[in-house]
Amino acid sequence: MANLQFDLVSPERRLASVEATEVQIPGADGDMTAMADHAPTITTLRPGVLTVIHSGGSDAYVVSGGFAEITATGVSVLAEQALPQAEVTQDIYDQMVEDAKSAYGRAQETFKNEPGPVDDAAKLLSDMVAIGGHIGLTAKN
Amino acid sequence: MPNLKDLKNRIASVKSTRKITKAMQMVAAAKLRRAQDAAESSRPYTERFNAVMAGLAAGSAGSEAAPKLLSGTGSDQVQLLIVMTAERGLCGGFNGNIAKLAKAHAAKLLAEGKTVKVLTVGKKGRDAIKRDLGDHFVGHVDLSAVKRLGYADAQGIAKDVLARFDGEEFDVATIFFARFENVVTQHPTAQQIIPAKFETTEDAEATLYDYEPSEEEILADLLPRGVATAIFSALLENAASEQGARMSAMDNATRNAGEMIDKLTIQYNRSRQAVITNELIEIISGAEAL
Repeated sequence: MANLQFDLVSPERRLASVEATEVQIPGADGDMTAMADHAPTITTLRPGVLTVIHSGGSDAYVVSGGFAEITATGVSVLAEQALPQAEVTQDIYDQMVEDAKSAYGRAQETFKNEPGPVDDAAKLLSDMVAIGGHIGLTAKN
Repeated sequence: MPNLKDLKNRIASVKSTRKITKAMQMVAAAKLRRAQDAAESSRPYTERFNAVMAGLAAGSAGSEAAPKLLSGTGSDQVQLLIVMTAERGLCGGFNGNIAKLAKAHAAKLLAEGKTVKVLTVGKKGRDAIKRDLGDHFVGHVDLSAVKRLGYADAQGIAKDVLARFDGEEFDVATIFFARFENVVTQHPTAQQIIPAKFETTEDAEATLYDYEPSEEEILADLLPRGVATAIFSALLENAASEQGARMSAMDNATRNAGEMIDKLTIQYNRSRQAVITNELIEIISGAEAL
């Protein structure tokens, strides 16, 4: 089976560059799996868990926003913040949820009568909380 | 003619200066390596990002729905200059060169009758342009407490800039920083970040992408990130340039101190010989007089 080149980069470093058989991406409009010969697509990401399946097993990364460029031969994910799942401790996760919460609070204050940005922030927060379920951590209330 | 004791003190003081500059040079060398690594590891992100943005921007350029961050406000009357310099001095012409470029740019804009606003990042540049452009300052970002530059720092600056843009405080934003070439060469650079400009590569193979969600939404989502990315890479280039400039400045200082010590030592030895000769002459002429 044909493989595709998977690159995961954040502004601070390159996290992964491997030959993968499939990549599961938390797209803004829903999860998707990219395999070789996928139609060229650009999608934004929501906070979630990105899974790469390659010949040596699979790796999971927690990403928080960014975008992915999918071509027939490869997937490049440009994440704003990305960490291998194993490195996400309860402290880091709490921090991420806290950031989303304060962003939500700020949005509620600044955009009192505009639902758009508040909804976006609320969705961000719920996505953050949902990550916890995926990686076995719980959000503090 | 300075006496022997003065010379001796002088030599001791230059020697300790040399020790300090030598130590600073070595610290800068170590920091330079780290800064260069950081700059290099951010490059894949920036390159890919700009490639995607160039494609997107080319697609929506000219359309009326293009976001303001891309198409501009339709005016270039109010110009924001973001001057990024170091928090510390003793790095040769590094801060001065950036300040000089910013000042020249500001003078040109003012001569054209434009309104100039200045946002400074880094204490040293602020001091350097305070006299000429002090009235135009609108803000300052202090990074002196930051040990290791992170993307979050760039995001903070970008947020500030974008809030000002949304508040219609300016039309065009330009960042000033030093592009790192090598240890001895750093180029002060001006780069326009709002409205965003992307180098359209000629050989961009026209891949037709599916966009999810729509192209406009992705563009609107990515443009603010583009500002942060541009600022982040400028910050990293600046950090590497600063250490490079400091390293070569301190290398020169160390060498100059060495030359000075040699000169002073020769002078010291000569004066000591003169004193000895003098004493001998006095003793001999005294003995002859008897």
